[in-house]
Amino acid sequence: MAMDAREIETLIRDAFPDAKIEIRDLAGDGDHYAAVVVSDAFTGKSRVQQHQMVYQALKGKMGGELHALALQTSAPE
Amino acid sequence: MSIQDWIKSEVDSNDVVLFMKGTPAFPQCGFSGQVVQILDYVGVPYKGVNVLEDDELRQGIKEFANWPTIPQLYIKGEFVGGCDIIREMFQNQELQSAFEEKGISTSQSA
Repeated sequence: MAMDAREIETLIRDAFPDAKIEIRDLAGDGDHYAAVVVSDAFTGKSRVQQHQMVYQALKGKMGGELHALALQTSAPE
Repeated sequence: MSIQDWIKSEVDSNDVVLFMKGTPAFPQCGFSGQVVQILDYVGVPYKGVNVLEDDELRQGIKEFANWPTIPQLYIKGEFVGGCDIIREMFQNQELQSAFEEKGISTSQSA
């Protein structure tokens, strides 16, 4: 039960085609990643909303297959 | 009382509620432990709810906030965020002002 970085990036890319995405594997176990996502779609959204948008992009894998994803989201400056 | 009603009563009747894995004294997950450290550092009284004690609660809380992970912090009934957001807010001094804006005194402001 694990995911690899490319799979995560693809899911996020599908939902945020314009986004700048950076995925870091924190523990090498396929379960703990950090992701930085910068996208216009986040403009005017609260952090909670931004993270919820990314979780939706991950189609329910968050909290299941993907145990931990340290998320940092922002709109482009 | 349904689990959703129970959660609602908890977040409405306590100024600050942290749904977490384990207890403030014995966090059983790194992310929950980080939020406990931040809250203890900021010095606000809060109620810790251990979701590991009840699987229905552990799933119910995720539905309640439409948020897939634990921990979850609530201030005056409002979902503020999980570990990442609380840490980010803390680092930007936003967490302390969020408490003060909602009339919750932090030990740092004393």
